This record gives sequence, C-alpha cells and structure tokens, in this order.
Amino acid sequence: MIVGNRKDFKEILEKLGPRRRVLVLGCNECVTVCGVGGEREVGVLASELRLFWKKEGETFEVREHTLERQCDCEYIDQIRGFADEYDVILSMACGAGVQYVSEAYKTKLVLPAVNTTFLGVTIEQGVWSERCQGCGACILDMTAGVCPIARCAKSLLNGPCGGSSGGKCEIDNETDCAWQLIVDRLKESGQMERYEEILPVKDWRSGREGGPRKRVREDLKL
Amino acid sequence: MKTNSRIEKILGQGGFVVTSECGPPRGADSEVVRKKGELLRGVVDAVNVTDNQTAVVRMSSLAACAILKGMGLEPILQMVCRDRNRIALQSDILGAAALGINNVLCLSGDHQKFGDHPQGKNVYDIDSIQLIQTVCRMRDEGRFLGGEEIKGKPLMFVGAAENPFADPFEIRAARLGKKMKAGCEFIQTQCIYNMERFSRWMEMVCERGFHEKCAVLAGVTPFKTAGMANYMKKNVPGMDVPDEMIERMKGVPKEKQAEEGIKICVEQIQQLREIPGVRGIHIMAIEWEAKVEEIVKAAGLFPRPEIE
Ligand code: SF4
Ligand code: SF4
Repeated sequence: MIVGNRKDFKEILEKLGPRRRVLVLGCNECVTVCGVGGEREVGVLASELRLFWKKEGETFEVREHTLERQCDCEYIDQIRGFADEYDVILSMACGAGVQYVSEAYKTKLVLPAVNTTFLGVTIEQGVWSERCQGCGACILDMTAGVCPIARCAKSLLNGPCGGSSGGKCEIDNETDCAWQLIVDRLKESGQMERYEEILPVKDWRSGREGGPRKRVREDLKL
Repeated sequence: MKTNSRIEKILGQGGFVVTSECGPPRGADSEVVRKKGELLRGVVDAVNVTDNQTAVVRMSSLAACAILKGMGLEPILQMVCRDRNRIALQSDILGAAALGINNVLCLSGDHQKFGDHPQGKNVYDIDSIQLIQTVCRMRDEGRFLGGEEIKGKPLMFVGAAENPFADPFEIRAARLGKKMKAGCEFIQTQCIYNMERFSRWMEMVCERGFHEKCAVLAGVTPFKTAGMANYMKKNVPGMDVPDEMIERMKGVPKEKQAEEGIKICVEQIQQLREIPGVRGIHIMAIEWEAKVEEIVKAAGLFPRPEIE
C-alpha cells in the first residue's frame, strides 16, 4: 500500500492562509489503512481546525467528507454538489489523490494535508516499512525476494557495500542492510550459489527515469 | 600488459606494490595537492586520489589526479557511483585516459548522509561492480555501456576496494570473486587492524584462487593518537579495531603516541607481507602524508622498484 504521514498542524494552517471555508477530504483506501487520511483522521484534523479557530474567535466552516477513493473520477464526482461552497479542499489522500481531485475541480484550491512517503507493508500495529519503488521491471526473482532498489540505501544491485555491519546498514543502526537480508534469504532457501551471479546494469527506462508513466490496457477499455 | 600503469608493470614483474593516498583539498588551491604529491614522490608507486570521500565536497579527483600526473607521479583515480550516472562516469573515464591517467578504483561511495550535503540526492545508476565491468568493456571491447563503439580506448588498469571486516563475513571472499569476474585487476582493502580476521579472509580468497587474477594490496592506516584509534573503532562503519591495539596506544604518554602509531603500522606491514597472497600495501595516512616516507623506509620497502 501507499504509506504517508500527516503534515504538521502548523504547516497546514500556514498553507490555508486566510481561508476559513474548508472541505477536509479523506480517502478510504491506503491512507485509511496506514491511519493517516481516512474518516477518523479527517475527523481529527477537522476538529483541530475548528478548535483552533474558535479559540481565535474566527468564523469558519469546516466540513468532513471521505470518498471511497480519490484516484477514480467516479468517486471524486460525488462532491460536485457541494465542493463549490468551500474556499479550499484539504485532501488527506496520497499525492495521486490530491492531484486527481485538483484536476477535477480546476477552479478550486486543493491542498495536500499528507506527505506521501512510500510503497510498503505493515510490520506491526503502527509500524510500516518501505518495500518497492515501482521501478517497472521487477527483479525480486534474482534477489531472493528482497528489493535492493527500495531497501538498500544505495540501491546496489551487487551488494553489500563495505558499510554493512551486524546486519545493519551504514546509514544508521535502525535500518536493516538489504544485502544482509538477501544473503540470509539465499542461505535459508539453499541458493547461495546465486550470490556469485553479477546482476547486470539496470535499464531504468521502465521507472521514473523514462519519464512519467502511463499504462493502457486496450482489453479493459470501454 | 594491457595499460601503461606502473602498478600493472610492477605486479607483472612479480614485484610488491606500495600505494598511498592523497585527499584533495576543500578548495581550489592546487598548491595543497602539489605539497602532498611532493611528500609522496618516489616513496610509493602510485597515489590514490579520493573522490569526495565521506561525501564531503572537495576538489574533483580527476583534477587532482591531473595535477599529480603533471608532477610525474602515478595517480589512481577513485570514482564513486554516488554522484554520477553512467553517462558522466564514462565521460570522466575518457577524460582521465586523455590526461594520461592509467588507473581507476571503482567504489560505491559513502552515503551522502555522512557528508556536508546530507540533503542531496544520490545517483547509484550503476554500482561499483558494474562500474568495473563498464571500464573493462570500454578498454577491452572498445564499447560504451550503450553498445556504441569508442574511438580511442581508455587504457585503464582497473581496481576496486574490499572490506574484509564488513558483514556478512562469509560472502566477503565471494564478493571479491565477483569483482574479479567483473574484470577487477587489483584490490585495496579497508584498513586492517584485526590480523586474525584478515588472514582468514585472505585464506578464503586464496583457496578459491582469486588472488591469482586480482592482486590484493593490504590497507593500513597509522594511528596518530589513542583517541583516533578509539574513534575509528566506534564511529567508522565497517572498521574492526581490536581492544589490545587501543590499549597499546593508551599505554604510552600522549607525546609518544604518534611514534607508537607509526611503530604499530610498520609491524603490521611486516606481518601483512608474510601473509600468502598479499601483493602490496596501501598506506592511508589520513592528513599525515608526511609520515609515509618514514613508514615505507622503516618497513624495508624502500627504494621503490624501477620500471622501464
Ligand atoms: S524490483 Fe522494482 S518493482 Fe520489484 S520490488 Fe523493487 S522497485 Fe518494486
Ligand atoms: S549497508 Fe547494506 S543496505 Fe546499507 S548501503 Fe550498504 S549494502 Fe546497502
């Protein structure tokens, strides 16, 4: 899933500037699962805004609304009836959702309330960890199921570097060394001889380096 | 002989190689490089020029190499994969060859987190093993990574670094094997303090015959103070300093510690020369180039061999 962090309240206030009619818009997908932009978090942010402005003696109107998804226009259209009543849509979706809402409501100011961070997994309640960078040409078959692009601080295809120590990465001792994980996994699965293979230079065109990506499936088009 | 490299020639004659390093300054003053070069002239066979080491911005390795080359020294161009993509790396290899630089050392590079621009973006388009392959391909096949033909092949002697003290230990010899398979002709190791672990690594390397195709130059760094020894143990990733060495440094009065550091270093060189498979010594006297001559002489490695 896509994982994010909510922006600081102070930063959100700064971005809102003098605008006091705010539609706080959540999303029911990834950001709900990682507890950053679902219905509950929309409620929390909306209350924070109301409390703050009330204390300041301001007049305001804050509305809460959460869509099934902010990355599909059929859902985004559902706010068409009332979006115009607000100065600003404060989106709590990932960066894709924020942009798609903004594309659909061209005359409205759409602001992000979340910093989108990575594609990852839930390690335990309240802990998420990065797993994939969407390189567009998956090599997990060659690295014992551990992605060195996303999980090695240097994206080394032929690691580990000389900084790997006690299973941890040279950048800090909280971060696992991806190449230690790969070697462990190779060993566990009886494939140590695969370590001897040199992974070839990667063709990054399938990733961001090839320019913005678009995918068309003719068979699914209406 | 594939290149005009002095190291390749000495190794070819069956000689024992001595290299050292020169860190370029944090400014544009070429005199700093010349001074360091002067201290090393005739004392070692070749001089590594570091490439923005510890991710701190310095004069470019290529420029400092050109200065040393102009003085008649034999530079080794260090190249990290952190800051340049395949286009820039290949371009600099051509540039280095055009300037008469005969040696390149292919490295991953320290993460930018450790440097003076932790906010920066890293590149890592290719890694150090792939860089070795790239340079060898440019030299041997006369082709760029993209496949196009090169007019005027860069004749580089290709090296890399290896850290026998990093983890996981069991793949450290295999990793040297991968570098060798990629075309690497010499290896300079991380500074060695733990002789026992280094010997074990070297045994693994020799068992698999890697040392025959890839010359291992053992790295040493003299301690200036007991504090430095302690610092290296605690703060430098992948550094293995045994406690007894720190104790030995602490055991002498402060004003004698530098002398003791040199003494330890010379003893280490003598031990390393006895380890089967070791083809040379790489002396990394960090901001202490003035002492390299003394170390080389005390270790009985002077004068350096003549080559035609
Ligand atoms: S190899 Fe690419 S697609 Fe596969 S997990 Fe890594 S970044 Fe994602
Ligand atoms: S320590 Fe491991 S994860 Fe960190 S940069 Fe080196 S190889 Fe990659």
